Amino acid sequence: MTTTPTPPTAVGAEERREAARGETTPRRRGRGRGMLLVRIALIALCLIWTVPTFGLLISSFRERDAILSSGWWTVFASPLEFTQWTLENYAEVLEGGMAAAFINSLVVTIPATIIPILAAAFAAYAFAWMRFPGRDFFFILVVALLVIPLQVAFIPLLRLFGQFGLNGTFAAVWLAHTGFGMPLAVYLLRNYMSSLPHEVIESAKVDGATDFQTFWRLMIPLSVPALAAFAIFQFLWVWNDLLVALIFLGGGRNEVVTIALQQLVGSRGQDWYILTAGAFITMIVPLIVFFSLQRYFVRGLTAGSVKG
Amino acid sequence: MVKIINGLIAIVAGVGGITVLFWLLNAIVERLPDKWEQRIKPYVFIGPAMFAVGVFLVYPGVRTIILSFFDATSENFVGLRNYQELVGDPNLRSALFNNILWILFVPTLAVVIGLLVAVLADRLRPRWEKVTKSVIFLPMAISFVGASTIWGFVYAWRPPGTAQIGILNAVWTAFGGEPQTWLQISTARLNTFLLMVILIWLQAGFAMVLLSAAIKGVPDETLEAARIDGATEIQIFFRVIIPQIASTIVVVLTTIVILVLKVFDIVYVMTGGNYNTDVVANRFITELFNFRQFGRAAAIVVALIIATIPVMIYNIRTFRAGEAR
Repeated sequence: MTTTPTPPTAVGAEERREAARGETTPRRRGRGRGMLLVRIALIALCLIWTVPTFGLLISSFRERDAILSSGWWTVFASPLEFTQWTLENYAEVLEGGMAAAFINSLVVTIPATIIPILAAAFAAYAFAWMRFPGRDFFFILVVALLVIPLQVAFIPLLRLFGQFGLNGTFAAVWLAHTGFGMPLAVYLLRNYMSSLPHEVIESAKVDGATDFQTFWRLMIPLSVPALAAFAIFQFLWVWNDLLVALIFLGGGRNEVVTIALQQLVGSRGQDWYILTAGAFITMIVPLIVFFSLQRYFVRGLTAGSVKG
Repeated sequence: MVKIINGLIAIVAGVGGITVLFWLLNAIVERLPDKWEQRIKPYVFIGPAMFAVGVFLVYPGVRTIILSFFDATSENFVGLRNYQELVGDPNLRSALFNNILWILFVPTLAVVIGLLVAVLADRLRPRWEKVTKSVIFLPMAISFVGASTIWGFVYAWRPPGTAQIGILNAVWTAFGGEPQTWLQISTARLNTFLLMVILIWLQAGFAMVLLSAAIKGVPDETLEAARIDGATEIQIFFRVIIPQIASTIVVVLTTIVILVLKVFDIVYVMTGGNYNTDVVANRFITELFNFRQFGRAAAIVVALIIATIPVMIYNIRTFRAGEAR
């Protein structure tokens, strides 16, 4: 989990501030030679940040022998020579088990994202809007557990799951991810919900709505930005996770894409035609999620950690 | 096809299960007399979440601490022996030294790069600012395993005389060097630094997003005032902006420190901890799976917990202070 708490901020405060200033007039626009240096520095950084991934992407479409006999950058000499491009690598790696792993990853990730959100949303509602003995104690516990290393859980959980015959099953990973993601989920959602206007909840109560109704009809719709932010976090986290999958799921029938890729690196470390295509198959879903929902993701990050 | 159907069933069962659970619990509570309903309902709402936290974090945490005083099979009490063995283990000491390097360099460099991009991109037109930031931020979506594969290809080695396919060796040989097996060079812990590059590459975007938000929150008046007083842009940056975003810098640093403590994936995939690149979190996996030394593995976890306690206390304090406002 990558977010450390500071005092809660209303999601969107940052955006309002930015909008108030007006997008078209950046404050510190320099000019002349200084600006040239800025541009060069940024271009250099952007290159370092993209070239490695780009090289992998290009290589994944090259023939096996071509990858090994010349650097991927040589394709720019004749990029339009279509005979050098191939989809064979993808076909081979998908048939070799990556397709099955891809489906397993979806089966692991979707419930492991939705289950903690629901449970956390209920808890967040109670923490934000109900008064009860022990409330502060439980919430402080949540805050404390935000940074606990996941490793604490593995040895006892392996045994506990073993007793129920859960090791190696999807249920084991769902449960584990639900537990591990819970502190951040409760923390983010509670901070968001408690920043919602008091009057809305009060008026619902006056109208005779039960807590259950207020929660479903009011809280959930109003909290969509925070729910989306956490959903993206958790989705990326679970999809990209190696550690939890390695320990509770392992290889074989139920292996997920990260495990499949790690095993390819281990067993076929020099077969770059397999590795490059395999790596891209593991990355495609997170990249789509990231690009389509980047706005929510950034909001979630800032809401979780920036002081208001 | 069977797999997809099974998957769908699993998804529906998992998600449906939790919904039904809440619906049932709530239906039961609403049948209680009013007074009891109000008393019990909050606990029903927080119940499943707290149950999950209890079963998957609190209980195992306590168990792990206890197990760290037991032997490999967790049957016999051995006192502090696991800890003594770990302290005396040269492999672990080497791993510990690497961890210190990781903790010193990764968070700092990620913050420096993140800050650099945040400040510089702020001067571009909004469209280019967005593009630049997306490029730096993008690796956040990539898994440690994926990133390790990407960088493994950058560091790839081919025998001298053949064409180099890894870009690092290609550049190196273009300048007249012999092709190097980079990840096996532990002189001055070069390979550890090359592994750190991967994590910095992954985390700089995180630092940038938070720092950029903080910088945009710095009031214009303070900057204008400094300009009127004749301060240079660099002076403004160090004397006006940095102090105002100090708390965010601390948050970013601690977040990445915590991440670094737990990171094992990169080392596990790239070198398996060989060539003096081991880190403590990877030792844990080795003790657990390769040696089946449950007691020693537990002792390593206890060390990790102790390392996170200061951050825990800091978090609770900031949270309390925030609530009191």
